[in-house]
Amino acid sequence: MKLKDIITPFSAWSNIVKKPVTIKDPLNERPGADRYRGFHKNDVEACIGCGTCEAACENQAIDMVPVDGIETTKEDSGLRPLVDYGRCCWCALCVDVCTTDSLTMSNEYTWVSDNPDDFRYIPGVDKKPWDNSEKGWKKPDYSLYDPKRVDMEEIEPDDRISNFIEIVKGYSKEQAEKEADRCVSCGLCIATCPAHMDIPGYIKSIRDGDMEKGLQLLYDTNPLPEICGRVCTHRCEEVCSIGVKGDALAIRWLKRYIADNVPFEDYKRILGLDSLPENDKHIAIIGAGPSGISAAYYLRTLGYRVTVFEGKAKPGGATMYGIPKYRLPMEMLEQEIGLLEEMGVVFQFNTMVGREIKFTEVYTAYDAVFMGVGYEKPYLIAIDGEDAEGSIQAIDFLRDVNENKKPDLGHHVAVIGGGNVAMDAARVSRRFGAEVTVLYRRRIVDMPSDPEEIEGAEHEKVHLEPQAIPTRIIKDENGKVKGIEYLKAEMVADSKGGRPKPVAIEGSETILNVSTVIGAIGQEGYFEFLGTEFLEKLEMNRGKVITKENMETTIPRLFAGGDTVNKTADAISAIADGHKAAKGIDELLQANK
Amino acid sequence: MNKNNHKFKIEPDRSSYPQPDENGNLQIDLSSGKFVKVWHGPNHPGVTGNMSLELTLSGDEVVEAKTHVGYLHRGFEKLFERRTWMQCFPTVVRMCVPEPDSNEYNLAASMEELSGIEVPEYAQWMRMLVLEMARIGNLLRLLPAHAGTMGLGLGVQWGVYLRDLILDRFEELTGARIYHMFIIPGGVRGKLPEGFKDRLLSNLKDIDDFLLRFKRLAIDNAVFKKRAIGTGVVPPEWVDKFGVVGPNARAAGYRRDVRLDTPYLLYDQLDFECYVDENAASDVYSRTWVRYMDLKYTVDMIRQILDKMPEDGEILARIPNAMHWKVPAGETYVRSESSRGEYGFYVASDGSEFPRRIQLRGPSFNHALSLLEKMLVNANIADVSAIMVSLATCPPEIER
Repeated sequence: MKLKDIITPFSAWSNIVKKPVTIKDPLNERPGADRYRGFHKNDVEACIGCGTCEAACENQAIDMVPVDGIETTKEDSGLRPLVDYGRCCWCALCVDVCTTDSLTMSNEYTWVSDNPDDFRYIPGVDKKPWDNSEKGWKKPDYSLYDPKRVDMEEIEPDDRISNFIEIVKGYSKEQAEKEADRCVSCGLCIATCPAHMDIPGYIKSIRDGDMEKGLQLLYDTNPLPEICGRVCTHRCEEVCSIGVKGDALAIRWLKRYIADNVPFEDYKRILGLDSLPENDKHIAIIGAGPSGISAAYYLRTLGYRVTVFEGKAKPGGATMYGIPKYRLPMEMLEQEIGLLEEMGVVFQFNTMVGREIKFTEVYTAYDAVFMGVGYEKPYLIAIDGEDAEGSIQAIDFLRDVNENKKPDLGHHVAVIGGGNVAMDAARVSRRFGAEVTVLYRRRIVDMPSDPEEIEGAEHEKVHLEPQAIPTRIIKDENGKVKGIEYLKAEMVADSKGGRPKPVAIEGSETILNVSTVIGAIGQEGYFEFLGTEFLEKLEMNRGKVITKENMETTIPRLFAGGDTVNKTADAISAIADGHKAAKGIDELLQANK
Repeated sequence: MNKNNHKFKIEPDRSSYPQPDENGNLQIDLSSGKFVKVWHGPNHPGVTGNMSLELTLSGDEVVEAKTHVGYLHRGFEKLFERRTWMQCFPTVVRMCVPEPDSNEYNLAASMEELSGIEVPEYAQWMRMLVLEMARIGNLLRLLPAHAGTMGLGLGVQWGVYLRDLILDRFEELTGARIYHMFIIPGGVRGKLPEGFKDRLLSNLKDIDDFLLRFKRLAIDNAVFKKRAIGTGVVPPEWVDKFGVVGPNARAAGYRRDVRLDTPYLLYDQLDFECYVDENAASDVYSRTWVRYMDLKYTVDMIRQILDKMPEDGEILARIPNAMHWKVPAGETYVRSESSRGEYGFYVASDGSEFPRRIQLRGPSFNHALSLLEKMLVNANIADVSAIMVSLATCPPEIER
């Protein structure tokens, strides 16, 4: 033992003269660090209630709950996260996965309350002293999921302008899996999809590589996935939570990927259509469009005998006759109809109700009737010279082209309108070598067409002439279209707060030398086939048939769906109507048994 | 008179102590009334967490020791099987309170290895910084505790103050003091805050000062030396027999350090050595000295890291969606050097969104469970705490 070892420890006595290092809590306040993971804050205005925080929480400390004053809309579930500090471990994974960056944390870390229930609160709704704190944990400069969409390969505009080959090439396996990986399964899309398809479910099946499960999920709510995978108006993508800060998921292309990657021969086996139930009830369906096909499919799976009456030679309705082949190849449709025929659905083509067969006969002979007749009658532009040779309607034009007729368009086509039909007509006209000008009353941003259709048209060198109001069609001496005159318009704000209105500028007449004018300003339904007796009973509102929740019209046992019923008038809404009507018919007939 | 006659030589009378039988096992007859059973823990200031030692005493000498666990079982390894891979990330930290970062690193490294993800360089430097800071944080608690168990509490107060300063740095870097949850699979969750380097360097200076003061206070302390030298010896031949790792093995003369043996992250870019007790004394004093030197070297290593790390860079690699990361099927064993020695994760994935198995292999499993039982035989009851603490055991690693 050394003497030094006995003495040196006493050097610690030198601390007597040093200042203490401890903080006199609570006299001295000690703020948390700038990045401290303290109590939660939520910008409830920016939050869309997607629930990704709830799904990410490993302690189930977050519940999504309804909040007074926050309405459920398409983009917002109306729910907000409620945090339970009995469970939270302050890992801030909820903050890092937040799709809107609305959820953050303050650097506050003391909170005293004698009521345990206080520690379950809704950040941003239940006001807290730290709500306006600038400091605290925010999502770092990274993303825990890929915000960027996998680009879809398309045929180059120069290569596609001369033919009707499908423009969109479709995802490869790697591309689809990469895109499917971006989904956070929030399900806002399910609520928005008119057919309420299980979108996160089938996207998961892509990630799992289980195409059969994916196909089953598709057919649960939509018997035309090949069609919707190509031409759906994909409102689901508009509400995609990933789309708030990044690119929305390419839901439509993923649906197409599943439908395209299951061999069609296997459909019956996968969907369990080999042995369907049978009953003695017989249902008639008028119109083989999307709503009719949808109703036929689900009614048949429920065991009903189904006969479909179609006035044209082929099924598909607007999807068959109205959509150009570069967007939807014909084989897809024929394939899907083939499946229905194999299931035992009887199709009677070239049999228009009201022409070949009377509606009364159908109505009395069948246990229930579903009417999905679509919009067949185009609106006229109602200007001078519309009767000229070369002044045609877009839906007639598109039907002729899909029936392989070669129209004579001449050198320059003017398309009137700004919807998808107008874009289709313009782009098809380009494929026949004509120059195309689209005249639209409002601005380009006001066009009801899908943005990608407008973009596609621009790529294909379609000239868009917005704020142009046609005034007359000029005929030559033979009564043929020679030109079209239009007035420039200026946008005037609506005093009632609606969208701005185009008002013609006097003296701004412009004449465009065109050889063909295609009207594409909309269509309406045609119900004369019902006969006066039924027509009187059928209640309508602004051209739309009024139905109950189960799609039954004011005429008992007559159900309706599709463009003539829903406001959106697109394929997916028609499919949803068909499904709803099938359930409605089933319930009605089961109740009457 | 012979000079030697002045020296007393006391041969202790051990006739009343239990004698070994032909197999070398002590014959202990509890009904004889000569022995006392004492429960040391699970709640006791001298145990390192919630585990207990069942001691059989003969006088003040331990003749038999059994370790008992089960007081801390939270079933973590089972919980992992029901959580997504990313949800395991905030959960693994809970397996070691004073130094959670090794858990974070091991989980992240195993997921990255199985998924074939390369972590950005900046993030790797950040990870090293965090891991070494965590080592310092834990050593500042452990090292003074060696003396603390023998009644010298002052060093513990100094150490805890400095550990608090390191926790302050953790708070501003990672957003939390204890469970940092910073080494996220794929990278790290942030960059260095402004002025962080200077503040950390100033703390390191304080630690340099502490090392000097602590040496005078405890290491050179006659009383501490008297009690620590020769107490709790781990014979070097036991090192491989019991799987002793880290500082405990280094005290027994083995050069065992995962950072040097199989360098991970960017440790091969640092200039460092681990301290090995050449005399292989392997007693409490030797282990205290190894920890002392560990702390000294780690302080130096952090200075190197701060000096060499890039100013800026990517913090996260492109990872699969964290909400449903599917780690490709496979298995791996990832290890890192914690302040207590080799810390390993055996991770098996069946290719799903959930881990099939995450098994933790902490150094304490061997040190506290099997080795301690042997070491305590013939130890004085007053030294039990000192021996246990000197092994730096951490019961949560045993009960996962």
